[in-house]
This record gives sequence, C-alpha cells and structure tokens, in this order.
Amino acid sequence: MTSPMTTPAAPAQTVDELVEELEARFDDLDLGRIRAWKAAAPGRIAVGCLPVFAPREVIWAAGALPVFVRGGGDRIETIRGDAFYQSYICHLPRSTLELGLLGHLDALDGLIFPNTCDVVRNLSGVWQGTFPQHFVRFIDPPQSAEPASAAAYLHHELTAMYRDLCARTGREPAPDHLVRAIGEYGEAMRAATELSDARRARPWDLPIDEVYLLRRAADQLPPLEWAALCRAYLAAAYRRGNKPEDRVRVCLVGAFCEQPPRPLLRAAEKAGCYVVDDDLTVGVEPGGPAPDLAVDGDPMAAIVHAWLRATRPSAVRFDEHASAGRALVARVHACGADGVLFAAPSFCDPALLDQPRLTRVLDAEGIPYTAFKYAENTGQFQAIREQAGTFADSVKLWGTA
Amino acid sequence: MTKPVASGTASVEKEPSMQAQKELLAGYFAGLARAREERRPVVYTFVPGNLVELMTAFDVAPVYPEVNALQSAMRQRSSGFIREAERSGHSEDVCSYVKCDLGMLAKGNVGPTGESIPPPDLLLLSFTGCFTFMKWFELLREEYKCEVAMLHVPYVGDGVVTDAMRAYVVEQLQREVIPKLEKVTGRRLDLDRLRELLVRSRRAEEDLAAVFRAARHRPSPIDAYFGGVYYIGPIFTSFRGSEDACRYYAQLRGEVEARMAAGHGPITPDGTLTEEKYRLVIEGPPNWTSFRDFWKIFYDEGAVAVASTYTQVGGSYERGFRHDPSRPLESLADYCLSCYTNLPLPQRSQILADMVRDYEADGFVIHSVKSCNSFSAGQLHMLREVERLTGVPGGFIESDLVDARYYGQANIKNRVESYLQMLGARRADASLRAPVAAVADRPRYHLPVVTP
Repeated sequence: MTSPMTTPAAPAQTVDELVEELEARFDDLDLGRIRAWKAAAPGRIAVGCLPVFAPREVIWAAGALPVFVRGGGDRIETIRGDAFYQSYICHLPRSTLELGLLGHLDALDGLIFPNTCDVVRNLSGVWQGTFPQHFVRFIDPPQSAEPASAAAYLHHELTAMYRDLCARTGREPAPDHLVRAIGEYGEAMRAATELSDARRARPWDLPIDEVYLLRRAADQLPPLEWAALCRAYLAAAYRRGNKPEDRVRVCLVGAFCEQPPRPLLRAAEKAGCYVVDDDLTVGVEPGGPAPDLAVDGDPMAAIVHAWLRATRPSAVRFDEHASAGRALVARVHACGADGVLFAAPSFCDPALLDQPRLTRVLDAEGIPYTAFKYAENTGQFQAIREQAGTFADSVKLWGTA
Repeated sequence: MTKPVASGTASVEKEPSMQAQKELLAGYFAGLARAREERRPVVYTFVPGNLVELMTAFDVAPVYPEVNALQSAMRQRSSGFIREAERSGHSEDVCSYVKCDLGMLAKGNVGPTGESIPPPDLLLLSFTGCFTFMKWFELLREEYKCEVAMLHVPYVGDGVVTDAMRAYVVEQLQREVIPKLEKVTGRRLDLDRLRELLVRSRRAEEDLAAVFRAARHRPSPIDAYFGGVYYIGPIFTSFRGSEDACRYYAQLRGEVEARMAAGHGPITPDGTLTEEKYRLVIEGPPNWTSFRDFWKIFYDEGAVAVASTYTQVGGSYERGFRHDPSRPLESLADYCLSCYTNLPLPQRSQILADMVRDYEADGFVIHSVKSCNSFSAGQLHMLREVERLTGVPGGFIESDLVDARYYGQANIKNRVESYLQMLGARRADASLRAPVAAVADRPRYHLPVVTP
C-alpha cells in the first residue's frame, strides 16, 4: 500500500522545511495530493470521513484512502454553506458544504458520516441530496453498554461497508487485507504515541501549531507514510534544542470535531501556555481505538472490539461508567499539566454539555481551568490570548485560576 | 382576517375529550407524586421511542423530562429554570429542554402542576432521534446516581430499517433493558401482559390516525399542529396501552368525525374557526412559552395546519405504524426506529412533500427551534427540497422550545402574515402555480435562500 503521494521525509530535512511541507499540505484545499495518489494506480478511490468515528482500517483494507474531513476552517470564506444553516448551528457543516459546492472535495469518491451529534448526523442527509453522485454511508457506532449486541451490530455494519468499498475498488474482500491495514495503522499509532510522549517531554521544541499540522497530515496520508513523516519531524524538531520557558502546561479540551483556527492555538501558547495534551483531531490520536489481532483473531472483530473497549471517554460516546471527569483528571496528571483550557466550538452540544460536569470534578481536585468558545473561522484572538495569558499568570503566581 | 367565532363568554370552547385529556394529565402528575408512597419504582425516559408498554408491564411510573419542560414553559416557569441552569455553568448555546429540566431539579424538582416529581430508580435512555438525550441523561445520572439502562436505537441514516438494526434493538431489550426493569421492580416480565397492552396501543393508534386523517376533509375539523399537540399527549407518553387511552381516542375520534360531518372547522382558544383560508403543513416543534400567541398568529389569518411532522416524533401512526402484539419486542424496536426524528433528511423531506399533496395544502411552514439540532440542522435544505418536490413555496420562521428569550412575536407574526399573503396572491394568479411535473426539472439547489 505504498504510494507516490509524498516523498518520505529525508532525515536531513530541517524542521522549517518539514513545516513548510506540512503547511502546503494543510492549505491544499483541492486535495491535489490525493488526486495524485488516486491517479498512481487503477482502482484507487478516496473516502472522506467526518469526525469522530472513522473505521480507517476498513477503508484502507478495501484499497481506498480514508481522508478526514474537518471543515474548511479559516482557509475559505463560507458563503453558500451559510445558506444551509441557521445562525445557531455550529460552523463545521457550513464550511464542509462550501468545500463540496466549490468542488474542493471532488477528489473524494464518497463520504462516511458517523453519529457524532445531530448536526453531523443530519449533514449526511443534506449531503445525499446535494451531491447525489457521491457514495454516502452513515454509520452509528454503538453506544450500548451491552457488548454482545453492540459487537454483532457494528460487525455487520462494517462488513457491509467493507464489501461496498471493495466493490468500488475492485478488490476482493479478504481478511488478509484487514490484517495488513490493522498492522499499518498500528505503526502509525505507535508514531503518534512517540509524538505525544515527545510533546509532553519537550513542548518547547514541539509547538502546538506544528504538532497540529503534523496530525492533520495524518488525516489524509497512508499510515506508513505518515509514520515516517512523523519520525522525521521528531528528529528534526529535537535538533532545535530550544530552552524551556516559564509557561504553564495545559490540556486543551473540547475541540474534537470543529477545529480551532491555527492562530488560536498559537495564541494560547504565546500567552504563556504549553499545550501538552488535547483532543484535537480525535480519530488519529494515540489512545484511540487500536485493534488487537492477538486478542480477537478475526480482524473485523478486532476493529469492532477496539471501538467497544476504547477506554478514553469522549463527549460523543455514552459515558457508561460516569468516568469522564476522573479520566480528565488522570489525563492532567499523566501529562503533568497545571490546568485545563476548555475550548469548545460555539453551539457544540456534546462539548458544551460536558463542561459543567467536568469542571465540577476539576474543582473538587483543585485543578485550575478556564473556558472559551470559538468558531473554526474565528479571526479575533486578542480576547482569547488575554484570557489564556491571565489564566497562565494566575496559575504561575497563585497555583489557581 | 378570518376571526374565529367567539364563544360569547370569557371561557374557552371545549369538547368533552379536552376535559378528559386534562384530567388524564392531572391524574398522571398526581400519580407521580404518590409513586413513592405506593412503592412504585420511578423510571425517567424520553418521548421519542419510549417503551411505555414495557414499563407499564412492570407497573413503574414513567417520567418524561421533556414533557416537564414544555409543561413548565406553558406555565411560564421555564425561564427561571433556564437561568438557574446557566448560573451553574450551562452554556446559552445548548438545548433549553435540558437546562429547564436541570433548573427545575435544582429548584426542588417541583413539577409543572405544583406536585413533586419523585427521583428515578432507573434512567431508561431510549436514545432515539436525538443525540442530546444521551448528554442529558449523563447529567441526570450525576444528580441521581441511580441505575441506568441504555437503549441505543440506530439512526436510519440510509433510509432503510434493516434486520440488523431491528435485531440489535431487540437484543438490547432482552439483555439490557428488561433485566434492568426486572432488577428495579423485583418482578419478571409477563409477556402476555405486554401483548395485552400492545393490543390496546394498536386500538388507540388506529383512532388517532383517523383523527389526523380527518384533516384531509375541507374544511379540516382539526388543527393538526396546534390542536395536534394536545391529541398526541396521552399516546406519546404514559397512557399508550391503557384503557384510558383507548377511551380518550375513541371519544376524540367521535367528536372529530362529528365536526367533520357538520362541516365545522377546528376549535381554537377563541372559538371555532369558521373560514379555512389557508391549509398548511408544519414542520418542527412548536414554541411552548408563547404557545397561544403563536397559534393565534395562524388562526387570526384563517390558516389551519392540516398536517405536521411534530405529531410524528413519538410514533409514525399517520404513516401506518401500529404496534403488533404478535411480535412484541420486534414491534417495539420498529416503533423506536421509525420515529420521525430518527429518519434521514431525504425521507423527512419526502414525508413533508407527501403531506402537502395528500392534504391538499396551500403551503408549508418550517418552524425552526434553536434548541433542537435534531429537527433544525438541515431544515433550510429541506425547505428547498420540499419546494422542488411539490412546487409549493415554503415559509421559514425561528424561535425556541422553552427559552422565551428567542421568541419574537412581532417578527414571527410579520413573517407568517407575509407568507400567507404571498400564498393568497399565488392562489389568485394561476400562472404562479407551476404543475409539479414541471418543477421536478428545476435546478435542484437555488442559492441564496429566499424565505418569505
């Protein structure tokens, strides 16, 4: 499953060169690199995945490239997409439609919509009506606490999707393809874990907006290529040898679907924070579902069980054991954070409804936090910078916010 | 303006079924207040996809938080509850049903009729058609720390209820929901009793469907939206499967059929509507904080809702669904899966278009509420799609469910009146009424959106 999509980063590349490449990829709204990947071999297709649940191994095993679609951010002006939504709906579906209507997503042969929330759910219907030429599949990952039924249902849904995709790529469905895809995404996950560990250890060498770019590259690169790119970046970033600054370490929580603009991430760090943990780009981050063939044997069952037993709570999964607050505290301790920045998109029910119960737990534990909202195309960062700066100063001075 | 005929007194015209419905509701809240002393376990659940027959088979007392919220709003109590929830950290952006319920809880959980709502022994999360339900029950569980049963009803995203979906729901009923009900009640499920309840559900559902079908008559004897929300009350909540519900719906059907035979229009708070000028289909939930004012905007203009989608959120009886006692659990699963908000937007648009045609509506109005993404996200797309399918122009108005800050009487009145004037002008000029076959070839998506 190698491809000419990228040239694997040479070790000699400087971090600036790598970041420049990542920025070019991030700004490639027309998905030119994905077109090139498709053109390199017959039968290749690319399938978009809306946040959060994306069965990437299944798509990849079918010979299709999974591509996360996380909205247009601040890179496009949303005009036509706004005509689809009232003012009280979040921004992600608007810019996603704008991307589609402007032809930026033409490289994608289909989209998969998971049941992330009612907005993403309903976007699947809007998409079906607006882009009838697209293969559209809705997937409702089980929320049930009853594992046997949930496993059977998800297995059925993913198997059906796998067969559909194979019919489109012309590949014969086979367990071996799934096993190989699981292995390759496992390698990408190990690289993601190394990245996460490195950021916690040396955040002064790995600024959040660069790490973010690297993770966004994982949204659309074949897994082994991304793992190589990630390790090249780590090697180059370590060569920086920056000195630690007097900043507070924070977890960024709530930005798992609609993404904050990159300047917002920079503003948070420039205000005196090191973002050492976050839930940005959920779906490609370490700690996500990782199939284990040694446990499950049947590769599709391994993918299913990875989702069902994934322990990291998420605002879009039923918090069966009421453990989200405790898990956040554990994350704070694990990454050595001094506090939490809640950054939720405006009108995001899952993120915003979680905040009060999470902050109650943080209050009980004496962990400082502050909260702000954003939209993916927010253009004013001064207020957020001042808020994050005040938060960082108060934590440094008094240990609390 | 077509003013309803005033009843001649200050009191609102009422038929016997209205009184019966009021008594049912009062009895329900009084029963809840007694649940503790009667040692009836209390189960909180939601309206769409509710399993009331199953709950009744266990003789538990069901509580519907969203019903409490809307009832509080109709009694002008929701604003205080919402403020209370926002003071405790909940965002202005999120669902006002949730905040109303949490605020009511913070203020002592005194229900809309002034009686205490008992705490739950079980939170039965029928996760059907609304993602926020899940977050809502996570919050309630923090407060109550009681048993929780999660019933995940898959969204019918591709428009087809599959055997796998049905099997998944049935298995959860067998392995999760029924065992939890058995645990909190200490009794086994009596399947024969469940079947008996479903027989009665079916009977009431048949009568309710006949009531809504009556709106095909000219003039319509009912308002299927503003009046319809009263009609659905018992069957969408705790009375489905009861003899009380059978009696109520038989009585209601009799009254409606008598009105139809007599050529009477619907009863409004200001009396019977004497001239039906506009027949409308309405999509979306109503505003509850100013319900009567909202309704008045329509009946003052002689506009009657002949069909609505909101009256299908707790069961698609107008489209033929009936509970089937011969396959009780499968039937409950089909009920949950087919509720209106569990359907994808293309089907929802088609349902609206079908209603416009079947009920010979002059137009359709989408009432979009800030609180409900399940309904609202994508409604502007539906507006255009239904226009394309029917050749009938739609109207679009916005407010909220139970947050009075988002209801603007003047703005909505202005929009509705303008829309109805446009329909009137269109009716007068036949050239504006393109045949449906002709409009089917129109470009599918014409932007920007133009709403009356």
